Amino acid sequence: MARGRYRVVHYLNQFFAQIGGEEKAGIPPQVKEGAVGPGIPLQQALGDEGEIVATVICGDNYFGENIETAAEAVVELVAPHRPDVFVAGPAFNAGRYGIACGAACTAVRKRLGVPVVTAMYEENPGLELYRKEVFVIPAPRSVQGMKETIPKLAGFVRKLGLGQPIGLPQADGYLPRGIRVNAFVERTGAQRAVDMLLAKLKGEAFQTEYAMPTFERIPPSPAIKELSAATIALVTTGGIVPRGNPDRIEAASASKFAAYSIAGTDDLTADAYQTCHGGYDPVYANEDPDRVLPLDAARALERDGIIGHLHEEYYVTVGNATSVANAQKFGKAIAERLVAAGVDGVILTST
Amino acid sequence: MAAIVPISMTVGANRIVPAVAIPHPLGNPALPERDERELRLRLVKKGLRALQTDVEKQTVFDG
Repeated sequence: MARGRYRVVHYLNQFFAQIGGEEKAGIPPQVKEGAVGPGIPLQQALGDEGEIVATVICGDNYFGENIETAAEAVVELVAPHRPDVFVAGPAFNAGRYGIACGAACTAVRKRLGVPVVTAMYEENPGLELYRKEVFVIPAPRSVQGMKETIPKLAGFVRKLGLGQPIGLPQADGYLPRGIRVNAFVERTGAQRAVDMLLAKLKGEAFQTEYAMPTFERIPPSPAIKELSAATIALVTTGGIVPRGNPDRIEAASASKFAAYSIAGTDDLTADAYQTCHGGYDPVYANEDPDRVLPLDAARALERDGIIGHLHEEYYVTVGNATSVANAQKFGKAIAERLVAAGVDGVILTST
Repeated sequence: MAAIVPISMTVGANRIVPAVAIPHPLGNPALPERDERELRLRLVKKGLRALQTDVEKQTVFDG
């Protein structure tokens, strides 16, 4: 750690560096001595403890079109200044700028081992891409938020510059990175859970330890009027696949779904099918895959005319630690194919 | 068709038929084969009845 003032290098895009607007978005990485643009109030906030020794600037388009080479070039420009901290932005909601800030910080951290921080609005695409790699201070959507963001950013730069440990997001004012940290707590989980429940029952405020993802509500589809004329399809998230799992659907965090023909098949048997789902005891499904994908029952109902037709393909994925985003993607894609194939209804089995 | 109805409710399924158990939603290894097939047929028929029923909101078909 530096004695005297800690050294800071700041990263800005062409606009905040006061070089120009969109017409200058193609400028390559370059460096200026000292603080520039928002770096000036940032320097003021850092006071005598820290010094912005240089400002690296790059056009947002140049960076966006050459992310890796631009990041490398930024690192080369930063290195000779031997900073103790590298700070980028604030980028607010500017997407290309946010991505450049995230990428520049990541490269500087990885290649030079220098602590880094940036700031941007929660919906900036740069956040999702780089939140695990770098500290991100939340900033408002527009540049009007500069006044409130600079002190927060300066505070964090100061901590890094003085080598102070960074605590949990809420305590130190940065956006959660999704990194789990173990901690000792006095009260057991059961006690804390009951405390929360009692507070909830009393209508008092409580702080969740784990926020539930929110799920979309889809309006129910209208009922099937004439089942004996309808085409029904079987779909499962229980991982029933042809033996050998030919499409290699993953046992957890599936990255895909598959469709398999059941034309001419009346029954799923242990020699031809298996489950590839890693989240439940597979014994029973492997013994008789109909227990998860009820082909034998569906075929019997087709034979007896209860349903008009059993769709000749079934769809499968593994619903074990599937990301909500992927689940939605697969669901939409499967639905589109089923609708295109004239399917009227689906029996979906989950494990 | 799934064993844990609260999960189906949470993720927004509109027509829900409670199934037997997580590792064998439409089966029961404790039953003789014939009884198991009958059980499966009954559950799938329940599913089909659900598809033939208009619903305004999330509905569990456990009758």
